Amino acid sequence: MADLLAKAKGGEANSAPWWEFSFPSLDALNKACASFPQSRDVTKGVEEVFLAIKDALRIVLDPLTQPLSWMLEFILSVVQVAPWWLMLPVILLIVYLASKSLRLVGFVAICLGFLAFIDHYDHAMQTLSIIFVCAFLCVFFGVPIGIAMSRSDNLQRIIIPILDMLQTLPPFVYLIPLIFLFSVTEPKLYGIAIILYAIVPVIRLTDLGIRLVDEDVIEAADSFGMTERQKLFGVQIPLALPNIMAGVNQTIMMSLAMVVIASLVSAPGLGVLVLRGIRNLELGVGLVSGLGIVLLAIILDRVTKAALDRINASQKSQ
Amino acid sequence: MSENIKISIRGLYKIFGVDPLCALEHVRSGAGKTELLDKHQHVLGLQNINVDMREGEITVIMGLSGSGKSTLIRHLNRLIEPTAGSVKVDGDNVLDYDELALRGLRREKMSMVFQKFALLPHRTVTENAATTLAVRGLSERESTPEARKWLDRVGLNGYGEHYPRQLSGGMQQRVGIARALTSNSPIMLMDEAFSALDPLIRTDMQDLLLELQRELHKTIVFITHDLDEALKLADHLVILKDGLIVQNDEPQQILLNPKDPYIEDFVSDINRARVLRVRSIMKPINGDKTSDVHGEVNLNDTLESVIEKSNGDVSHSYIVTRDNVPVGIVDMSTLVKALVPRVSAEKAARKF
Ligand SMILES: Nc1ncnc2c1ncn2[C@@H]1O[C@H](COP(=O)(O)OP(=O)(O)OP(=O)(O)O)[C@@H](O)[C@H]1O
Ligand SMILES: [Mg+2]
Repeated sequence: MADLLAKAKGGEANSAPWWEFSFPSLDALNKACASFPQSRDVTKGVEEVFLAIKDALRIVLDPLTQPLSWMLEFILSVVQVAPWWLMLPVILLIVYLASKSLRLVGFVAICLGFLAFIDHYDHAMQTLSIIFVCAFLCVFFGVPIGIAMSRSDNLQRIIIPILDMLQTLPPFVYLIPLIFLFSVTEPKLYGIAIILYAIVPVIRLTDLGIRLVDEDVIEAADSFGMTERQKLFGVQIPLALPNIMAGVNQTIMMSLAMVVIASLVSAPGLGVLVLRGIRNLELGVGLVSGLGIVLLAIILDRVTKAALDRINASQKSQ
Repeated sequence: MSENIKISIRGLYKIFGVDPLCALEHVRSGAGKTELLDKHQHVLGLQNINVDMREGEITVIMGLSGSGKSTLIRHLNRLIEPTAGSVKVDGDNVLDYDELALRGLRREKMSMVFQKFALLPHRTVTENAATTLAVRGLSERESTPEARKWLDRVGLNGYGEHYPRQLSGGMQQRVGIARALTSNSPIMLMDEAFSALDPLIRTDMQDLLLELQRELHKTIVFITHDLDEALKLADHLVILKDGLIVQNDEPQQILLNPKDPYIEDFVSDINRARVLRVRSIMKPINGDKTSDVHGEVNLNDTLESVIEKSNGDVSHSYIVTRDNVPVGIVDMSTLVKALVPRVSAEKAARKF
């Protein structure tokens, strides 16, 4: 090894001062001895491994994730077909049911009205419907995973590092393996990316919420002879609901962030306009659609927070 | 009061730590709480507990913080598993129960009241009181009237639709008691049920409990660290210290004959005239020496009321009656002696 190193820097040693020898990286070692692989071979190797398992992976993942494509296609076609005078009242009704606040309903009506007025209605609806489907699936899978985690310390030890990784990976990085696995025209490509990115908080906070349920109340539940099931549905989940809802709020906000990025891989919606603004240097288009995204973010945040506050108010003990 | 033993605890040990069975050997061969903790890193929760609790009585378990009261009461419904020993309820060893039988025990036979109330914040008062029936699978229609009945009984008429957070601490604990009563279980476990309440409310709750008990005759296990409360409620008093029972007797007897300096300390500050009763200090009647008495007192009168009757004259003596039949005699000089706790009497003697 020492010989090799000496040889590796040997070439330049005459001209360069001694402190400028290069780090013994693969490329440097390869220069000294051709039997070392080059860095480019490593990336190539990773690529080859990935391509080799890609087909097998696809055979498993394709059918599993197909329903996601169907759901996204379905909802996108629904919002396209449904007339605005039907969609807007439905959305406002949902807002009212979640928040029980007429002021908020008015605010949402103004925001959506404004977006429709500047002809961003279709794009906004596409963004909202993708978020709706993805956030729903995040909750659908995330809450049970969180519950399972709260009941088993081992499972928690396994899942937490995965969640950490999902949370720290830059959103773009998700897209790379997915692009190879699925064709870019399939909605599930961005669906999966959004779900992977946004599911983390709801899992974490469900787990946390259930673990934080007052020990005394759990003990009381045990002392009355509750079964595990009665305890879970009658005590733990209701008492963890504020935390779970806080997780849902974050999940929805992260879905919104990701759906914009996912327009790189053909997710429709306001993100497409932002992308057009960047690509074609159409400053106005980019800024206005950016404003639209901000409005959607405010709406989603306010509505979920209002729902959360309502739950919090009904839960405050003592 | 029947003499039936409802709960019988024998040779109960509880050791907290990684290898309790190994630590148990050390305890059996004489290691104390501090030694076990220092040398073997195990916490001695309870050691060699033997108690009988009689049906229809209030058994009070008293001790300072950390003496193992909560640990003991949680063994009765097996919220905590013992390291060794047996706990028999109606003759059945609870520790042999499988999960199903244990759930049955917790649902039908024992109900618990907690220091921090432990109500479900998202349910109304009525729903909370009905939980003990709801867990058995009773429908809301069946359980609600029962819950209402007991809520009325503890003085919460009209609060059924409130949420726990809308009630004061005392009222929340009334809900806790109603919840336990709704289950109609013969045994009630109360872990420092009144300790979180302020003194006036606390007295109210004690009176409520005694009033309910006169009517219902449950077997109540009540935990407290307050001697006044213990003496007021107890038919039978168990004093714990460092996981060990130091004395286990009728409260009057403990007060008159404390077995241990620890208990003497405890009882020395008590207003004995208010707690001690005539029956504990009277002499049985002998012959017909009933001529020079100044009146009659009841077996269960407190010494305070006798002093009041005598107007402070220490030469008086009284006939003691039970159901208007004379059973004994008490003279004021014995009574006054009984008022002085043994420790302070000794201290006084040493002084002069
Ligand atoms: N899970 C546990 N692990 C280790 N030690 C414990 C555990 N539970 C209780 N102990 C110990 O057992 C002893 C008795 O505790 P316990 O809670 O029964 O006391 P207590 O008499 O109820 O006190 P308090 O009046 O403060 O409620 C204490 O020394 C405590 O540290
Ligand atoms: Mg305790």
